[in-house]
Amino acid sequence: MTAVAPVTALRGRHLLSIADLSPAEITLILDTADAMKEVGERTIKKVPALRGRTIVNLFFEPSTRTRTSFEIAEKRLSADTLSLAVSTSSVVKGETLLDTVDNIEAMSPDMLVVRHASSGACQQLARRCRSRIVNAGDGMHEHPTQALLDAYTMRQRKGRIDGLQVAIVGDLAHSRVLRSNLLLLRKMGASIRVTAPRPLIPAGIEALGATPCRTIEEAVDGADVVMMLRIQLERMQTLFLPSLREYFALFGLTADRMALARPDAIVMHPGPMNRGVEIASEVADGPQAVILEQVANGVAVRMAVLYLLAGGSED
Amino acid sequence: MHYILRNGRVVDPAHGRDGQFDVEVRDGVIVRVGTTLAAADGVTVLHVPPGCVVTPGLIDMHVHLREPGQEHKETVASGAAAAVAGGFTAVACMPNTAPVNDSAAVTRYILDQAAAANLARVYPIGAASVGSKGEQLAEIGELKAAGCVAVSDDGHPIRTALLMRRVLEYAGMLDVLVIDHCEDPTLKGDGVVHEGAVASELGLRGIPGEAEELWVERDITLAGLTRSPVHIAHLSTAGSLRAVRAGKARGIAVTCEVMPHHFVLTDEALRGYDTNTKMNPPLRGSADLEEMLRGLADGSIDVIATDHAPHHADEKALSYDQAPFGITGLETAVSLTLDRLVHAGVIGLSRMVELLSANPARILKVPGGALAEGAPADITVLAPDLPVTVRAAAMRSLSRNMPFEGWQLRGGVAATIVGGRLVYRNTAVEALAGWLA
Ligand SMILES: [Zn+2]
Ligand SMILES: [Zn+2]
Repeated sequence: MTAVAPVTALRGRHLLSIADLSPAEITLILDTADAMKEVGERTIKKVPALRGRTIVNLFFEPSTRTRTSFEIAEKRLSADTLSLAVSTSSVVKGETLLDTVDNIEAMSPDMLVVRHASSGACQQLARRCRSRIVNAGDGMHEHPTQALLDAYTMRQRKGRIDGLQVAIVGDLAHSRVLRSNLLLLRKMGASIRVTAPRPLIPAGIEALGATPCRTIEEAVDGADVVMMLRIQLERMQTLFLPSLREYFALFGLTADRMALARPDAIVMHPGPMNRGVEIASEVADGPQAVILEQVANGVAVRMAVLYLLAGGSED
Repeated sequence: MHYILRNGRVVDPAHGRDGQFDVEVRDGVIVRVGTTLAAADGVTVLHVPPGCVVTPGLIDMHVHLREPGQEHKETVASGAAAAVAGGFTAVACMPNTAPVNDSAAVTRYILDQAAAANLARVYPIGAASVGSKGEQLAEIGELKAAGCVAVSDDGHPIRTALLMRRVLEYAGMLDVLVIDHCEDPTLKGDGVVHEGAVASELGLRGIPGEAEELWVERDITLAGLTRSPVHIAHLSTAGSLRAVRAGKARGIAVTCEVMPHHFVLTDEALRGYDTNTKMNPPLRGSADLEEMLRGLADGSIDVIATDHAPHHADEKALSYDQAPFGITGLETAVSLTLDRLVHAGVIGLSRMVELLSANPARILKVPGGALAEGAPADITVLAPDLPVTVRAAAMRSLSRNMPFEGWQLRGGVAATIVGGRLVYRNTAVEALAGWLA
């Protein structure tokens, strides 16, 4: 049904935003991830697809989970990899972004996987760099590989994305996962309801393609997919929330609330989870949860992205 | 030197003039404006090229010249050079230098640098509070005596309603204008761009237009209480303009200025995260821009100013949320105004001259704003049909931070005359080749 882009469609490109991908290219990534997933199930989990390619993981913001997932993906593709944690505090002010990257570029990597606390940092770098850039999360803007692995997981469990009813609950205002997911899910034909305490709903959310709901019950009602977003503790200091206790009371995903979704609905979370804040343990550990599958799929999807961007005829 | 600017289209709304006239200048002073003035022996005749327009010298009442303290961004001399290249014969510079211009010593230093540069006239604006910290009244009497034409804590709002009241009362007593940067800092929070769908999509923290509007309402209310005039700096939202109109209708002495970027760009320009689209107040939504156009046309906006805010390229090379606010404006304002307002049919040339010359002169109570016999010969010659391609590299400002690179605009500056002296001649206008520099 869905068209698939030719395997060379992404070669030599950056992956900065889901906005840059067509539905056919998204399908190509998901189909390629199927093949990569099979590699991960072998005894020797390694293919020579990116042998001789150098990938630098440049993390201006700490993230063990995403960095580990990329590192495993790179190793399974036989790339030469190097991970650099650039602590923003150790960098002289005014020398943070472009200078650091200039230094790394001088060593001619093929690809940079970049995580940065500022929205737009990857787009700014891409204008400056010769290397291909994969956005591993930029501020509150996007986290494209997370949305791709979420889509992969949905497709695996539901057989499709088109026509799915997806509920997204949590810190919408500050979530890059939300923004990438909205772009991807709209492109692939899903419909999206979102809910959060009013201070955490960004202005103009309808223009981003989501229908805001006042309550979690309304959002979850009849959903095929319930996606929870992480709530951060500092949101109380910045006047978004009175307490985590009240958040859970009003917006936490409990078994009762989950019962409003379709019986075969799945529960997703990009991690790390706050049990008892955004999700009850009985739901997180229950049969509908696919949270650990998301983690496993993350490696396959990232292998697919790296391969499609950096792989090529030179091998 | 004694010369006649021959047969240009003279647009001088203060005298109700718009037509072909000669302007005679002797020893730096306008001596006559009339038709077919006879040129006596020894009087040079400078023919105004066809299509060029002679106007009173343009005045930018809101610039940041960065000296003293941040000379890597701009100096008084480089800023004055940028001003005359942009058609401005005078600029008023905000006090947020290092040290802040809250003393006669700093004011005199700026005036000395301006005198040494000998290009545009520079009118310092003093701080309203000591160090612009919002705690204690600055010595506004001393600042005025040293040459300040107004007071402001620009860069920050005047912090509390009580301080604003006292500044209005005290400055009003001394006949010194108060200019306020209107924004409620407690509502602005850590916002960096206009709050709306674009900010949400890009993941940038928003500043609601209401943060400005609350403060505009406050200032107008306090201007009413104190019966002192207040000038709203860089007005940018429809709601602020409604408040100004309502204040004027109540008889309150409120005036306001709008920057070219707020009538040319909206927050759509943020896509791509070019830090040269980051300024404060931020680029707003299209409804706000439409209202700016209405206000420019209907007279409720008094002034076009630039908020020329130079920053070094290294500072603007930071990530979007960390880069400093501000763009340069002196060398693009005339072209943007001609192209987007005059040629677009929003306003006529006469209104343009009111906004850029007559009104700022009247509000700041500085000379100029009209081609008056006996007044210093501060004159701008516009080339309204000149094709202009905006190039940061060709600019005289020390900084290049502006979002108009490569824009093709219709209309520019032909020449700038300060005190009778030709201080800028645009080499792209070939018919001016004979004019003496
Ligand atoms: Zn300001
Ligand atoms: Zn300013």
